[in-house]
Parts: sequence; C-alpha cells; structure tokens
Amino acid sequence: MSTALSLVEVDRIHGRGNAAVHAVRGLTVHVGVGELVAVMGPSGSGKSTLLNLAGGLDRATAGQVLVDGAELGELSPKELAKLRRRRVGYVFQDFNLIPSLTAAENVALPLELDGVRARTARGQAVQALAEVDLADLADRLPQDMSGGQQQRVAIARAVVGERSLILADEPTGALDSETGEQVMRLLRERCARGVAALMVTHDAGHAAWADRVVFLRDGAVLDDTGRPSEPESLLAGS
Amino acid sequence: MSIAHGLLALLQDGPRYGYQLRVEFERATGSTWPLNVGQVYTTLARLERDGQVAGHAPDGEGRLRYELTASGRETLAGWFSRPVTLGDRPRDELAIKLALAATAAGVDVRAVVQVQRVATMQRLQELTRLKRDPGPTVSGDTDLAWILVLDNLRFMAEAELRWLEHCEGTLTRARPAAATSAPAPAPGSDQVPDQPSADPQEALR
Ligand SMILES: Nc1ncnc2c1ncn2[C@@H]1O[C@H](COP(=O)(O)OP(=O)(O)O)[C@@H](O)[C@H]1O
Ligand SMILES: [Mg+2]
Repeated sequence: MSTALSLVEVDRIHGRGNAAVHAVRGLTVHVGVGELVAVMGPSGSGKSTLLNLAGGLDRATAGQVLVDGAELGELSPKELAKLRRRRVGYVFQDFNLIPSLTAAENVALPLELDGVRARTARGQAVQALAEVDLADLADRLPQDMSGGQQQRVAIARAVVGERSLILADEPTGALDSETGEQVMRLLRERCARGVAALMVTHDAGHAAWADRVVFLRDGAVLDDTGRPSEPESLLAGS
Repeated sequence: MSIAHGLLALLQDGPRYGYQLRVEFERATGSTWPLNVGQVYTTLARLERDGQVAGHAPDGEGRLRYELTASGRETLAGWFSRPVTLGDRPRDELAIKLALAATAAGVDVRAVVQVQRVATMQRLQELTRLKRDPGPTVSGDTDLAWILVLDNLRFMAEAELRWLEHCEGTLTRARPAAATSAPAPAPGSDQVPDQPSADPQEALR
C-alpha cells in the first residue's frame, strides 16, 4: 500500500526552555492510500496538533510530515498553500459551512478560491453532492438542512476536486448515533475510492468503522489496532 | 441462560433431531456460542429425565427426535417472561481482573487497561465489519436473530471501551506517577510487596 500521509518522529514544541510544551513528541503515524484511520486519546494528548500538522496548518519543530510524498517542511509558503487547497480536505465537528451560501456554493468555494471557473466549479460541486446523496438539496442554505445533511455537504466540500487526504476533527461529534453512522459509511466509501482519511473521534462505535485505530497519549502513539501487540509482560520486573 | 432453555425454545417450533438443534442453536446465536453434539445430547437426556421433553422412537437410521412436553412449555414461558437477573450472568472476568490488578503489588494497571482497550477495539472493528457487509441472507427469522445478537455484541464492546476509557482517567488521577511507565525493580531490591508505601511510584513496582 502506498502512503498518502506520513508523520515521522515529529515533535511540535510550543514555547522555549522551562515553559516549553511538547504538543507531540516523537510522533510517527502513516496513513495509506484508501485507508481510514481513527485517532483516539484523552484531551491534550495531541490529536488536534496531529491533524494540523498533517494539513500543513501547523509546522513541526522536528521530524518530517509527508503528504503524497511531498515533505511539507521543504515547501515554500506558496507551494504549501496550494497543496492545502488542492490535496487536503477538512471536516469539522460543527460543519463550518458558510451560512449565506447554498450547499453547492459551499462545496464549489474551495475550487473557486483555487481559480477554477465558476461554471466548472458548480458542475463539480453538484457531482460531489450527488455522491453524498444530496443532489436534490444543492440550492438549499445550511439553515434549512439537518445536522447530518450539513455534515454530508461538508464531506462533499472536503473531497471535491482531486483531494486525496481528508482530515476530520470529531466529524460525528454533533450528530446522533444513527446520523453519525451515515457519515462513517460515507467516509468509508470515499476511502474505498482511494482517498485517505485521518479522523479524530471520542466515539468508539464510530472509530470502529476505521481500518485502524491509533491511541495517542502524551503526544505519542501508545497503541495501534493494526499493529500486533507484543506479548510483553505487564508485571514489572517479571 | 442455559443450553436447556435454548433447546426448549427451539423445540417450540416442533420436534427436532439432536443434530438439528445444534445447528439451529448456533445459527440463532450467530455462532457466538458454539455447542458440541455431546452437550446437546447430555442436555436433552436431562430434560427428558425431568419431563421437559419427550423422545420419539428412533427412526430407521436410529436417530431420535424430541418434542416439548406441557411442562417444558411452562418452563419456557416462565423463562421468557422473567427478566434476566444479575445472578443469571457470569461475573465479568475483566472487572475482577482490574480490581485484582489494582490490589496486587507490581502490576501496571494502566497497561492492563490499555491492552484490553486494543483487544476490545479490534473486536468492535470486526463486529462493525460484520454489520457493514452482512453476508448472504438466510431466512428472515434467522437474520433477525443474528442482527439482535450482533447488535448486543457491538453495544457490549462499546460499553466496555467507554468503561476502560473512564478507568484510564480514574487511574491517571489516582496514580499520576503512572504517566511514565514504571521501571522494573533493580535485581535484589528488598521490597515488601504487601506493605503499602508512602511513595505512589512504589505501588507500581
Ligand atoms: N498553541 C499552543 N501553545 C501552547 N500549548 C499548546 C498549543 N497548542 C496545543 N498545546 C498543548 O499541546 C498539547 C496537545 O494539544 P492538542 O493537540 O490540542 O490536544 P487534543 O486535541 O488531543 O486535546 C496540550 O497539552 C495543549 O495544551
Ligand atoms: Mg482537540
């Protein structure tokens, strides 16, 4: 399996000296093409930092972050901005749709910001909405849609164009469990078509939809359900 | 729940051979409770002795069919109408294990919790896969039985994961020193395991 996202031995340190906070430390995570990976961990364990580093919204203090093989630390600000716009899609807990824009306009927005002509962008947006089963609501405003529908619009926006990596921070957090499952089903479908997704969640039932679940603690990977655990002794000194 | 209740329930549909009961039992419970033929026949023999089922004369191939008696029907009705109580269930081994891990000297309880979290999450992933891509459908009733059992297993696994996450929080608050893994005691260290220590780290060694 080729790798869509790699973080290798990444540190992200805020502040200096005695006041330094290690948001993540020695963090290594890989997400393969077509893979859905869930991230769980207590508050403050570095989940959001991981997503921000993966999406180029934050820069590693040490270590490497690679998206589609490109090392983010070596990109110019312009190249990084382009990669963020073209390759990476974000999904947030609170959907983050622009209230005054229709579903189709929200989905088309990242394309238009990237210089795609309005008509082309609209066409691609409507198609992305059809893929999340919302073709009928293309001209509706967010306020006239249910939470689950809004989140599906957000997913359409995250995948429109040629995006290869979806980063989702608690995408099911504001949804009831049934609707949350629909969103998980949708993310899985996208991954089946070759998108890679990294998703933070507190809901074990939703995390279980992922190919792998990574547990973070204190800014590093504590466990990974895709990695066979070593039968080490739990009795210290035995 | 006993095998006996399960067999009585299946016989409600009409007389069955022992091997049929075994197959139907496993199908209804989604193979989560495999039985061997021996268990089925021993249980049937006991039910017959107690007047809950009656065996027909052997057929040409020497196979015995069983049917429910009036008394068996009564037992079954009683079982369905009463809620399951705590005494009917086996104690949860995991809860006891954690309690003992917290009590015993030299055990890293957080590590015990984490090992279980990974295992239970893997199990929940497996169950979710089964729910996501259901296999070929059999008869309507069997499908429904399987869905009920599968959902039960999923919800139990989810509840266990929530509880384990809660345990991690509780342990972190109770024994903050565990945040860094406890080093093994130096060889020959003269530790008295039964004696509570003032140093919280000591409890982990
Ligand atoms: N800008 C920042 N300045 C200082 N500390 C930060 C900053 N961002 C995050 N942290 C710290 O880094 C750690 C990880 O944070 P975060 O990635 O938000 O965790 P999570 O999303 O798992 O709750 C926390 O201890 C947090 O306080
Ligand atoms: Mg966070």
